[in-house]
Amino acid sequence: MIKKILIANRGEIACRVIKTAQKMGIMTVAVYSEADNLALHVAMADEAVCIGPAPSAESYLVQKNILQAIRDTKADAVHPGYGFLSENASFARALAREKIAFIGPKPRAITAMGDKIESKKLAKKAGVSTVPGYPDAIKNAKEAVKIAKKIGYPVMLKASAGGGGKGMRVAYNDAECLDGFVRATNEAKSSFGDDRVFAEKFIEEPRHIEIQVLGDAHGNVIYLGERECSIQRRHQKVIEEAPSAFLDEDTRQAMGEQAVKLAKAVKYQSAGTVEFIVDKNRNFFFLEMNTRLQVEHPVTELITGLDLVEQMINVAAGKKLTIKQADVKLNGWAMECRVYAEDPFRNFLPSIGRLSRYQAPSAVSDPDCIVRVDTGVYEGGEISMYYDPMIAKLVTWGPDRNAAIASMREALDAYYIRGVSHNIPFLAALMAHQRFIDGNITTNFIAEEYPDGFNPADAVHDDPNLVIAVGAVMHYSFQRRAAMISGQLAGHGRQVATDWVVVDGDDHHPVSVTMVDDDYTVTVGDTDMVVHTDWNMANPLFVGQINGADVCMQVSRVNVTYRIVHSGVQADLLVVSPNVAHLNRLMPHKAPPDTSKLLLSPMPGLLVSVSVSEGQEVKAGEELAVIEAMKMENVMRAEKDCVISDIGAEPGDSLAVDQVIMTFE
Amino acid sequence: MHDIIRQLEEKREQARLGGGQRRIDTQHSKGKLTARERIQMLFDPDSFEEWDMFVEQNCTDFGMADQVIPGDGVVTGFGTINGRLIFVFSQDFTVFGGSLSASHAKKICKIMDQAIKVGAPVIGLNDSGGARIQEGVDSLAGYAEVFQRNAMASGAIPQISMIMGPCAGGAVYSPALTDFIFMVEDTSYMFVTGPDVVKTVTHEEVTAEDLGGATTHTTKSGVADKAFPNDVEALMYLRRFVDFLPSSAKENPPVRPTPDVANRVEMSLDTLVPDNPNKPYDMMELILKMVDEEDFFELQPNYAGNIIIGFGRMEGSTVGIVANQPMVLAGCLDINSSIKAARFVRFCDCFNIPVVTFVDVPGFMPGTSQEYGGIIKHGAKLLYAYAEATVPKVTVITRKAYGGAYDVMSSKHLRGDVNFAWPTAEIAVMGPKGAVEIIFRGDIGDEKKIEARTEEYRQRFANPFVAGKRGFIDDVIMPHNTRKRICRSLRMLANKEIENPWKKHGNMPL
Repeated sequence: MIKKILIANRGEIACRVIKTAQKMGIMTVAVYSEADNLALHVAMADEAVCIGPAPSAESYLVQKNILQAIRDTKADAVHPGYGFLSENASFARALAREKIAFIGPKPRAITAMGDKIESKKLAKKAGVSTVPGYPDAIKNAKEAVKIAKKIGYPVMLKASAGGGGKGMRVAYNDAECLDGFVRATNEAKSSFGDDRVFAEKFIEEPRHIEIQVLGDAHGNVIYLGERECSIQRRHQKVIEEAPSAFLDEDTRQAMGEQAVKLAKAVKYQSAGTVEFIVDKNRNFFFLEMNTRLQVEHPVTELITGLDLVEQMINVAAGKKLTIKQADVKLNGWAMECRVYAEDPFRNFLPSIGRLSRYQAPSAVSDPDCIVRVDTGVYEGGEISMYYDPMIAKLVTWGPDRNAAIASMREALDAYYIRGVSHNIPFLAALMAHQRFIDGNITTNFIAEEYPDGFNPADAVHDDPNLVIAVGAVMHYSFQRRAAMISGQLAGHGRQVATDWVVVDGDDHHPVSVTMVDDDYTVTVGDTDMVVHTDWNMANPLFVGQINGADVCMQVSRVNVTYRIVHSGVQADLLVVSPNVAHLNRLMPHKAPPDTSKLLLSPMPGLLVSVSVSEGQEVKAGEELAVIEAMKMENVMRAEKDCVISDIGAEPGDSLAVDQVIMTFE
Repeated sequence: MHDIIRQLEEKREQARLGGGQRRIDTQHSKGKLTARERIQMLFDPDSFEEWDMFVEQNCTDFGMADQVIPGDGVVTGFGTINGRLIFVFSQDFTVFGGSLSASHAKKICKIMDQAIKVGAPVIGLNDSGGARIQEGVDSLAGYAEVFQRNAMASGAIPQISMIMGPCAGGAVYSPALTDFIFMVEDTSYMFVTGPDVVKTVTHEEVTAEDLGGATTHTTKSGVADKAFPNDVEALMYLRRFVDFLPSSAKENPPVRPTPDVANRVEMSLDTLVPDNPNKPYDMMELILKMVDEEDFFELQPNYAGNIIIGFGRMEGSTVGIVANQPMVLAGCLDINSSIKAARFVRFCDCFNIPVVTFVDVPGFMPGTSQEYGGIIKHGAKLLYAYAEATVPKVTVITRKAYGGAYDVMSSKHLRGDVNFAWPTAEIAVMGPKGAVEIIFRGDIGDEKKIEARTEEYRQRFANPFVAGKRGFIDDVIMPHNTRKRICRSLRMLANKEIENPWKKHGNMPL
């Protein structure tokens, strides 16, 4: 029996594991770095042990410190979560030596699957279909080009120990192959301490579909259906769902059976994931096996009704699986959005800092709707520069795909985050995208649909009149309250007008607002709307019904405008009298300041290198500087031919967002 | 009779057109509204009563005799903003470039006299090329008459200047005497001598915008309190601003209902102050979480950022907020921040607005530039302002309250009514390191010893209890309850009455 679990992780996954342990009556121990002393997982656990300074290489990745914490707290099991030491065989072995249960697979399986080159060979042997490629580590850049040519471009260069998009590069030609090899090697070295890189055929128009497997110590392995994770941005999963809209029952079964075959080949026990790439003809190829709990495991949980962490704990305790393959029934549809602290309008650059406001949508657990938020943060908490900037996983379930999407859209509307930038506008736009709704997706979806990145104009509202109506109601409320101020001239108090103009950029929308009983009647152009709400001016969420349909908009006052965020669209509305609207047309348009002659730091980070010198002529596309943030190297390139006139920062400098790095002539 | 009415209509029509359609179009093409359009926007619909529409200039020199426009370049009168009485003068750039003649000045003086008499604010919408040079000394006399009234009205009624065009030469001193100066970006400027004179005298080449534009005065000189992107936004803001102010020194600030409850708990404030005493945090977050509906009207946001000043409301009533900002210069007091806050505290005291002070101050800024600049005198301004203030004063020490700066920032000793400290508060003569290096001068060089002594000093003073023991703070409060505690204190202080000794006026260090 497991009595006390130490969770060798942080953030949402640590909290997630603690919840299940608590449900099972098991004590929990959190470990934390100095940067995490106020983190949610620390507060949730029964005990907490500090294991070192903020950088994960000095805390969450230090086996010695974690082992000491285990001894000190007398924990008898360890759950590694994902990332960090979750797929580290030496850690699993060290635990075995100390007779501590590792809630995950055996070291041998980790070793076999953790190495992408080895795992592919093994998969081939086990009869699993694999992608054409070169299975050995590449020695140098020159060899990389040779191999790439043999496989045929495009080619994917991939760090052997990699994952999560780090240490991966796609090359379409020799030059990119040379460059990509160097970068992949460097990133692999700095992120994983293992610089081996291999190459494989890059399949275009692919879908990423993975099979969840679950094995026990008694040789039983089952599969729990699939997850589709095709919505990726630069190989980082953004949206995951289960099941896949693309698979038919035969393919599902074939994939599941191959996944089980592979798991059995390595005597896999615990939860694991076999990732496949699926082409348009439903041919599937083995990519890799993740020997851990996946980030996106909740979607599987919602359609199977299983608690995977509970299953893992039971398996680690030596228990037999209580479910057989025939018992696995997929029920309904689940969707997961990864909510990240990143700025979608600035090329998704990480945004760190304090969550000055944070209010997640309410959890729902109804027969026809589930909303689940897996998070490790709280209002007043910090998104730290040291770790992955994930804020939460927002998961919804419904009887079918459309219902799951609808619930997700509502939940995203109610997700209120201030203090850091976040990708909710992007997630909301994806959820509203017709191609996504049709299920017509590939892993290139984001690159194809948003080739120039995500811009405010990419977010289009289904019914802009709703936003205008809410702006009008807000203004009317504020004006009515303003007219209640004390000290008015008796008999000459202010009367609030009913006719207004909502100015949205250059568009003028005449509206009228009146109150009937407790509802507002708003006329926008020719459209009449009844707005029913108990919103008040202190509330950042405008919750109510417009013509009977539920709406939830995030509202605030920004300067003289009303800022309304809904469905991923942000509108800054000026609401004025018709007279003032007329005068407002006379106001000059002001051009934003010219930053075309400046290289600005797009994010807070460390200036790793400056590749040019003052007075140097550079061509468009040439590398100017490299900034490291969140362990990722970001190469800043010249947008056009120019001459460097002044360099304002030195390698090693900490850069603030928008700090000037250099100026051009 | 009919003839008179016809003439009346004609004169009115002529007055409304000011300098004529062509000049109105020019004004519009610059992105500026006319004097009358501005008033129409500023006031509640149909509330403006115009006075002196028929006033004309009396000058006959330099061909002025036949240039007569009713109203003479300024529109004056009164109206309401959200039903409250406000007097206004709005200079008309389309009439003789808004230049100030003797009659023009008389019109302004008339409404100022009236405003003082009835106790209502005066708003000046400035858009004037300067003195009416043709009138010579008459125009100068006109300015001085206005200045005299500005001085007399000061502290009696709120006076607000909105600079919406040029304001140069002697003309700048009327706004300078008022309580607040706002500017419109790109279309307004203020200077004592213009770029041409500057070039002749000092050979310095500078544009009007660089010399006295909105950016200059809101970032470099601190002359202006805030700048707005255009006329429409400026006037919308002005309406909102006036809602914070009482009509006169005899009245309390206005109250309006709010749905925001006094006992709103903000758990996130418990993690606002970082563990590391040298790590900054954003004081603005605290302010926004304190005031009703996160509605805070910050003044001088881009000048002397180490101190934050502005108006908010608590339970619907106006409060003036002063707060050190650890994000800028560690929140220390220097010349500019002392002057900025001192004038604000004095305004609040003039007009019965309670002052809420949030303290995280490591001390006064050291250095020759500060000493040569007279930090002694300028720092004393803030000290004086807090010391003489009789309005309710509530103070919350969030972290550092070191040295003389602790005394200055509305301490108990300066008649602070309610002084709270957060558990993170450190009230001491200076930071532990500096203190140890003085007390244990002999140990300098022995790092181990110094470290131990520093820790000892930290243990001793880096908490609110030393001050608490002496009653210098009234209570240690949890950050999440701060709004509730301030609201309750302000309620308790609503009928506060104290009087300073009789005097003609104090002699504050100017």
